Amino acid sequence: MHWKGRITPRVLAVTTAVVMATALSLVFFYAPLDAEQGFLQKIFYVHVPLAIVSLGGFIAGGVLAIAHLRSGDPRWDVRSYVAIHMSLIFGLAALITGSIWAKGSWGHWWVWDEPTLVSFLIVFLLYATYQPLRFAIEDPERQARYASVFAITAGAFVPMNFIAVRLSSAYVHPRVLGATGNLPAAMELTFVASLLGIALLYATLYALELQTKRARAQLRSLRRQEQAREGAYEHAPRRSAAPSLPLPAGASVGAITSMRAHPRAGREGQR
Amino acid sequence: MTALLAQLPALPLHEAGKYVAAAYITLLVLVVVYVAVMAMRVGRIQRELSALSERARGASAEGDSPSESGRA
Repeated sequence: MHWKGRITPRVLAVTTAVVMATALSLVFFYAPLDAEQGFLQKIFYVHVPLAIVSLGGFIAGGVLAIAHLRSGDPRWDVRSYVAIHMSLIFGLAALITGSIWAKGSWGHWWVWDEPTLVSFLIVFLLYATYQPLRFAIEDPERQARYASVFAITAGAFVPMNFIAVRLSSAYVHPRVLGATGNLPAAMELTFVASLLGIALLYATLYALELQTKRARAQLRSLRRQEQAREGAYEHAPRRSAAPSLPLPAGASVGAITSMRAHPRAGREGQR
Repeated sequence: MTALLAQLPALPLHEAGKYVAAAYITLLVLVVVYVAVMAMRVGRIQRELSALSERARGASAEGDSPSESGRA
């Protein structure tokens, strides 16, 4: 993802805060209480968007991995890694909130004969192996390639899994996608606002993590340049599951010093 | 403020409220923990960057001081 023009991470963060606040207001003060579940149904507005965004992020990770394999550019691998990393966090939140909802609604924290729950857990556990897989491969290039193959295969599994669950016969779990026509207009509006808020939260955290990775890559480059100037450079790669961005070409200590002298950089430093 | 709160609809927190609160707090906690971890990383990068730029400034001041004084 590139942040060009006016869509900077800061603008994105502010938009996310506004949309999230609006969505929460709609959830608690606008959406009517569900006839069957009452107030407990409010969990729907956080649990379902979390699950949808998480699954969408896994698929996005696969698409970004395709771009990596096609271009060989390690930046696509970093983007794919961050997308999957964020989706794992959102997936964990979806599992916990779903479990809380199940306890309140069905009296059990987990129900093993419910295909939607179990299939989501399978997808989550599948992706939980992504980072150990990366960590197991020392060579960064091979690590990136194997991780991309994994991301594409697992990414293709996500929609197949979703369709399989749809086709299964047990419909204990409430249907959401394709069945929003059953929701009253006020509930549907609130759900769409919540989904947008969670998607924006994902995008903001994604941008934040990518920005941090870019800053770390620049710092690493500067440190190497400094060590090379002093003749003390030693190439000692550290095994890591997290990919690193390629060292920026032409980055110099002068460039970073002038970046820090920039008024915005100064303001951020004071915070 | 009290008048405003009185206008708001009452939330049935005594019934399912604890589950709803737990679900929303879970999301909040995960986001806060994530942001805190990222803030620590950014802080570390900023500290290392300051140290690096200080060293670079010191090195360039040592190297450029005769010409700069000549220009002045």
